Amino acid sequence: MIRKVICGAGALGTSLMSATAAFAQEAAASVAAAAPAPEAAAAATSLIKAPSVEQMAGMVDKGDTAWMLMSSVLVLMMSIPALALFYGGLVRSKNMLSVLMQVFMIVSIAALVWVGWGYSLAFTSAGSIAPAFIGGLDKAFLAGVTSGTFAATFSNNVYLPEFVFVVFQMTFACITPALIVGAFAERVKFWPLMLFMVLWLTFAYFPIAHMVWYWAGPDFLPDAPTDYGYLWGMGALDFAGGTVVHINAGIAGLVGCLMIGKRIGFGKEATPPHSLTMTMIGASLLWVGWFGFNAGSNLEANGVTAVAFINTFVATAAAALSWSVVEQIHHKKPSMLGVATGAVAGLVAITPASGFATPMTSIYLGLLVSPLCYFFVSYVKNKLKYDDTLDVFGVHCIGGIVGAIATGVVADPALGGQGYFDSTQFPAGVGAYDMGAQVMTQIKAVLITLVWSGTVSAVLFFAIDKIFGLRPSEEAEREGLDITEHGERAYNS
Amino acid sequence: MKFIIAIIKPFKLDEVREALSAIGVAGMTVSEVKGFGRQKGQTEIYRGAEYSTNMLPKVKIEIAASDDLAPLVVETIQQTASTEAIGDGKIFVLDLASATRIRTGEAGDTAL
Repeated sequence: MIRKVICGAGALGTSLMSATAAFAQEAAASVAAAAPAPEAAAAATSLIKAPSVEQMAGMVDKGDTAWMLMSSVLVLMMSIPALALFYGGLVRSKNMLSVLMQVFMIVSIAALVWVGWGYSLAFTSAGSIAPAFIGGLDKAFLAGVTSGTFAATFSNNVYLPEFVFVVFQMTFACITPALIVGAFAERVKFWPLMLFMVLWLTFAYFPIAHMVWYWAGPDFLPDAPTDYGYLWGMGALDFAGGTVVHINAGIAGLVGCLMIGKRIGFGKEATPPHSLTMTMIGASLLWVGWFGFNAGSNLEANGVTAVAFINTFVATAAAALSWSVVEQIHHKKPSMLGVATGAVAGLVAITPASGFATPMTSIYLGLLVSPLCYFFVSYVKNKLKYDDTLDVFGVHCIGGIVGAIATGVVADPALGGQGYFDSTQFPAGVGAYDMGAQVMTQIKAVLITLVWSGTVSAVLFFAIDKIFGLRPSEEAEREGLDITEHGERAYNS
Repeated sequence: MKFIIAIIKPFKLDEVREALSAIGVAGMTVSEVKGFGRQKGQTEIYRGAEYSTNMLPKVKIEIAASDDLAPLVVETIQQTASTEAIGDGKIFVLDLASATRIRTGEAGDTAL
């Protein structure tokens, strides 16, 4: 979901073209030498500005609806089992279940929080005290949302059933907090962590999602030109969640691992992954699910959806390759963990750019991101000696920042990108693109996200640690969280 | 009676077992073990974090044999398990005080 809605451009253009072509043929047959101008005028007037709910009901496409429901399922699969297995395989076997359990429960709790107040805080503006930064509570507990209400897409006069939009966005709210747990895996108490997640969603995720993704929609924005989130209004481009998901979670993870502290024996005892087989399965399922995440973020099933789809495919492939090449050069062997990590870094980097880039610029982005993330996880982390257990910061935050800034470059129409779609006019049209200015906007959006999420996370970790304690006893940590927190073992043979 | 403990390279197990069966060894106990000797360990690297593991996987074979058979058992294991490289393992021979077959209560050589 971007929000300088360029994504509708393809679909809108295509449908208008076929409509006007048919019109033109008829016109040519009946009125010889008709001027071309009336075609555009006729097409424009056939669009309805600010449609009523009854009119929206006729603007829903079954293909879009089916694709978005399918995408929602794919994104859920990214959390469970994909992320859970990716992370779980990387910890020691005594902590396997704690990671699986944290991810599973976060998904469950986030889903409830989302329908409780998350959707309303992220995707409404009415009744808010600061509508640029957070929504209101008009739709809390999904008040007023029924099978007969609709959500806007990026195209004029194209709508989704609102429940479809609620569900799709819900899966993003489920996976984002789950990403954080990797940073302090193997050393955190379960219920205090769950409390953190409820509060982090409320004070970090929903506001950032609102700031980046909320806007009135292309049929309403021209009449309500300030009804949007702060970063959206600034012109920040984030197709599928580079800032909202990856930078947001990545910085929260870094703050968490610094405040909770290093694992006992960090740097002294060997802590090798207990099952890279699980990690490979998880990474592969993440790749599959990410098509729902990125291509689904177009909210429609059209040409731009296909652009996001192929970009997600090739950027990931390129990043997997470049990570292996770096390892081959540095350590003389390409590792399975390396290729899986590279693929995830590529997925993270292409996320904000997926609907804006071309397949070729996506490949460059993929090739670029892995060496940068590799540098962070294998060099910077060791130098600074912070214990980011599963490299949430090094892969998600750094990869997210690389992707967010690069989006400003690859979106440039001069490089074949989709450019910027101006929805303040009706019907929406292509706006002018200034790469330098866009990159600056992207950097600003990154910084705001880092500061906002970092600050909220620090306050929450501090408060919860003081009141409930975040860290298990030394004995429990040595014994493993599976037994001490959950009373079971992952493997009984 | 002798109790023979042999530590060998894991991929040599099948060869050794077949050779011992051929000379009349009727049973053995096998375990997967880790240890170190003169052979150097391996280096594992996970996202740039290097671990040198100086414990290497080996297989331990335990055999109880009569005094007559024991020297042949040792010789057979030595010859089949050897790759003439470091890390091939060791064979230890201990005196065995008694052996009892649980099913029948037989003791001594007949229990082997």
